[in-house]
Amino acid sequence: MTITTRPSPQALTRPPSSQRVALAASVLLLGLLTIVFLSLTHGSVALTGAELLAAALRQGSDIHHTILWDLRLPRLLAALLVGAALGLSGALLQGMLRNGLASPFLLGISAGAGLMVVLMIGLNLVQLWVPLGAWLGAVVTTLLVYLLARTGTTLSIERLILGGVAFSSLFGAVQSLLLLNSPDGQFQAALNWLIGSLNGRGWAEVTLVGPGLVVAAIAGCLLARQVNVLCLGDDLATGLGTSLLRSRCLIGGVATLLAAGAVSMAGLVGFVGLIVPHGVRLLVGTDYRLVLPFSTLGGALVLAGADLLARTGPVELPVGAVTALLGAPVFIALLYRRRFGGR
Amino acid sequence: MPLEVRNLAGGYGDRPIVEAVNLALAQGEWLSLLGANGSGKSTLLRVMSRILRPQAGVVLLDGRDIHQLAPAATARKLALLPQQQIVPEGLTVHQLVSLGRSPHQPWWQWELDAAGQAQVADALHWTELEPYRDRPVAALSGGERQRAFLALALAQAPKVLLLDEPTTFLDLHYQLQLLELLKRLNQQQGLSIITVLHDINLAARYSDRLALLRQGHLWNVGPPAAMLTPDHLRAVFDIEVALMQTPVGLQICPLATAMPAPESAPLQPTLM
Repeated sequence: MTITTRPSPQALTRPPSSQRVALAASVLLLGLLTIVFLSLTHGSVALTGAELLAAALRQGSDIHHTILWDLRLPRLLAALLVGAALGLSGALLQGMLRNGLASPFLLGISAGAGLMVVLMIGLNLVQLWVPLGAWLGAVVTTLLVYLLARTGTTLSIERLILGGVAFSSLFGAVQSLLLLNSPDGQFQAALNWLIGSLNGRGWAEVTLVGPGLVVAAIAGCLLARQVNVLCLGDDLATGLGTSLLRSRCLIGGVATLLAAGAVSMAGLVGFVGLIVPHGVRLLVGTDYRLVLPFSTLGGALVLAGADLLARTGPVELPVGAVTALLGAPVFIALLYRRRFGGR
Repeated sequence: MPLEVRNLAGGYGDRPIVEAVNLALAQGEWLSLLGANGSGKSTLLRVMSRILRPQAGVVLLDGRDIHQLAPAATARKLALLPQQQIVPEGLTVHQLVSLGRSPHQPWWQWELDAAGQAQVADALHWTELEPYRDRPVAALSGGERQRAFLALALAQAPKVLLLDEPTTFLDLHYQLQLLELLKRLNQQQGLSIITVLHDINLAARYSDRLALLRQGHLWNVGPPAAMLTPDHLRAVFDIEVALMQTPVGLQICPLATAMPAPESAPLQPTLM
């Protein structure tokens, strides 16, 4: 009997104590509250704490009401929802696929959504339909990847990943061809969306997509034990009464709905779903009953923080550019620590 | 019979590795599958544990086809210790063993109920892992890890336990320790056991019956004293052996590889 140890960026150390988990939760919640406060008070018009409280109670200046209720609050909620969805989706997929390089976009979600958006912008369809198109593109592409990966009653991890890579390449190539042949205006509009941005996101997006994301997030966190079992390998998971096909469809389905919802709100915001679960595992270990809710909170914190940074400078940047600019060095640092066995 | 296979064929794709196997495991019995490399022992175990679907025949658990039962219903009675194991880093012994209660919990339930906690505590007690409860599994020695995975299987509260080469890569001390533990579970808890073993002597020492497989077919099955004969071992393993009566029963000493059997006199099994 051979025993293999799952590769992980973590060094071989004792699992985190309950005190450490409580400390991590406290730091995360405190960080989240701080970002929420800063996001609501900072911007082209700064609000003091008193002004924020007054505006929250619908007192004081009308301009402050508008800034808080119509601009900053819905955008903040959108950032929190998108970040939470991407963080949880990435953690679910990394656990299910037993692959730390899995991101929410691994199963072709980005390519499917991207292609649909480029097509819709090229066809001059009303902007309102773009989020729905992105959602449909993401879900349909993932379904195709699942169909390709399924053999009889099994669903192999390798075929899922390879299917995702194949569809991503194909749809990415078609998307590039369409972009190359599109007029400048359309190219710019598509590029903005492909990079990922929360600019102008309001109550319409939050109320349309938010409830679905919340339900999917609750379902995703409840799948924690299933993910833990799948992490033990296919044979043992089967011996423990897990249907590999059903579990992978369920976990992958929830992860896809989360990522597709996030994509429909904010476009292709990269790196959050890849890096947040890594950071969370460093904090709380590999028990997915902790990894999943912490990744949800962590994703919300990271994206809300990135969006705050994106709109802090003289020129607003797309939040996707900020997550990529910050995320890539963080990821390289994680790989460096893994290489040298640090935590 | 807690576990029975009838006319079973199984393999990968359309190619059968084992064919026409009929075998029944009695309550509280320990049966070991023996055979040369590629004889189909592990494949047979994988079909019996639902990892592979049979190409023909059925596997009956308490008289019901396991491939018609819900996966969790099977896992509440049948546990498997597979050949390949993955140890997620950071997972403690208690967390690992608690996952053995999965077939008894609804999918959304995170925490163990009282019965589950008691079963996990019993599994840790039987495997003498209580002092290691909060240690990471990846930090344990090979023998301790093996006991941790055995405790995971015991937490399922199975009637039948299937083990695929459980002693490979363990030193002699841990081999004996593991098999003694299994014998205690077999005798005291009434656990029915099927093991795939490479070591003929260990299989003969601990098992009630040996099932000999040759080229994907069941060659013979019976008590160790009846199976450890020069003829059977020559047919199944292509080896010449000397038999020795020892304090732990009949054992073999391999002497040499056997000469190929003449084509004019093909070997025929005699099922007992």
